[in-house]
Amino acid sequence: MGTIILLALIVLVAAIVVAAYNGLVRKRNQVENAWSQIDVQLKRRHDLIPNLVETAKGYMKHERDTFEEITKARNLAMQANGVAENAKAEGQLNEALSRFFLVVENYPDLKANENFLLLQEELTSTENKVGFARQFYNDQVLTLNNAIEQFPSNIIAGMFNFSKAEYFELETLEERDVPQVEF
Amino acid sequence: MWEAIRENKTNSVILLMVLAVVLAGLGAVIGLYFAGASSIDGLFFGIAIAMVIWIIMLLTSFFGGEQILLRTAGAREVQHSEAPQLFNIVEEMQIASGLSALPKVYIIDTPEPNAFAVGRSPERAAVAVTSGLMAKLNRDELQGVVAHEVGHIVNRDTLFMTIVGVTVGAVVIISDMFLRGLWYSSRSRRNLSRDNGKMGAIIMVVSILAAILAPLLAQIMYFACSRKREYLADASAAKFTRYPEGLASALQKISGYQGDNVETSRTHAPMYIVNPLAAKGKTGGLFSTHPSVEDRIRILRGMGGDASFAQYEEAYKSLHPGEKMIDNRTLVESEPTETREASAESTKASEKKKWRDVQNILQQGEGYGMLMCMCGLNMKVPRNFEDETIECPKCGRENRVPAEFLAAAAALEQSKTIHQ
Repeated sequence: MGTIILLALIVLVAAIVVAAYNGLVRKRNQVENAWSQIDVQLKRRHDLIPNLVETAKGYMKHERDTFEEITKARNLAMQANGVAENAKAEGQLNEALSRFFLVVENYPDLKANENFLLLQEELTSTENKVGFARQFYNDQVLTLNNAIEQFPSNIIAGMFNFSKAEYFELETLEERDVPQVEF
Repeated sequence: MWEAIRENKTNSVILLMVLAVVLAGLGAVIGLYFAGASSIDGLFFGIAIAMVIWIIMLLTSFFGGEQILLRTAGAREVQHSEAPQLFNIVEEMQIASGLSALPKVYIIDTPEPNAFAVGRSPERAAVAVTSGLMAKLNRDELQGVVAHEVGHIVNRDTLFMTIVGVTVGAVVIISDMFLRGLWYSSRSRRNLSRDNGKMGAIIMVVSILAAILAPLLAQIMYFACSRKREYLADASAAKFTRYPEGLASALQKISGYQGDNVETSRTHAPMYIVNPLAAKGKTGGLFSTHPSVEDRIRILRGMGGDASFAQYEEAYKSLHPGEKMIDNRTLVESEPTETREASAESTKASEKKKWRDVQNILQQGEGYGMLMCMCGLNMKVPRNFEDETIECPKCGRENRVPAEFLAAAAALEQSKTIHQ
């Protein structure tokens, strides 16, 4: 009788361990899957920028600084590794782009260029997609991190080296200090 | 979050069962009327006929209902290359809603701004918008409308409303057939009922009453269900876009254009985001498929800085004291969602330009291809254009005509020779 109870207990514990482990693996995969959705959009954005610069250059002959800033920010963003580094680089790229679009306001001919409008629409949309995918990704990170911290899955997480995932938070212009305008 | 779907399912199953009973009862009474009061066979025969009509209609709508609805509305499918902004917005809403498949995108060539969604599953779903909608709305507003339609797909409204709509249709058709039949064959029926005496007279009165009341009853239930789903789709749209003002302002624009020139059929009317047949400014009565637009706008604008389901419920309750819209489990799981800023459209395209753009999209389906010169000029090239290059009339650059145009021209040529 005693052995049966012991056996039953062992089976029960094993079942809990397996279930917790599988749950953690599923949640980690969901985080990775959600990240790849963001990654696709970021890559797409990096691909669009050279075309944008190329189209705009013909119209904006005296804005070399703006173009250099965008190209630099893009190159940095392309080399970024990991969630936090990516978020920082993309935030800077966002800033460079919004400054660029402010400058564009002074060039009505460029604003009437169908090619430019198309690229602008694509950039707006990839930015929106990053925004919506980010929400989904952060939800998945929250679920994974909760599981890693909560009992009893925290024991399993410790045994098999599950590490917490990072949130993807883009810095926006408003959240930062207002940039100093020099004349 | 997806509890709204489950509640939708239960409600729809209950509604469907009630409607099936109404349908069977109608069939039974009519069967009795024709076969005589004492005939049990007539009762079953009536039920059987009603069920057969219902099942045939259900099967048709289930296996091809989407295509029938899209074709009869005159919708044409578009790809990313033809309508980039619309296509992008649908992609955005797929990501925001977590929908498993990208809905197909259709455009309907009509000046009235409106939109609808069809499809019994996300894999078969499609969103259709009118060219008027694309011309009159800005990006945020268009996104709000698409989000509302994607909300219908996510909440499975497109499936259940089709089934329920078809069932109501069956009730209406059967009643109609019976009442017409009665009109044309009144003399012989009168003889029949006299033969059966008092019982026959009662059956006659009951069956005529049933035939008149059943469609009304079925429609009232259908419309009540439909109105609730419009609110739910609005709530979903607010959550997906995180920008309730987009949809609110779109609804305002759309409702301002309705009723000037009604081309929509009654079958399509309940599917649209704003019922095109509804009189302007009329508040939702028992027989309206949609809540009043003013009400929907006021709720969306009452949400403040939070785009969550809970906040929508709050705003709904402040306008409809004591009523509930969203189920409790969804509300418990609902987390505050900060609204976003309006998207900066640095180049505010005029309505005229948007009209031209959407006309270009439509013409691409009619044998024209769009070729864009580096200088930014759009050239409309006929599909059967023969030269390999084309000179831009604005800057004089030589542009290569894409191979797909030539291939299309070749295919056209070939089909001509085959026909000869």
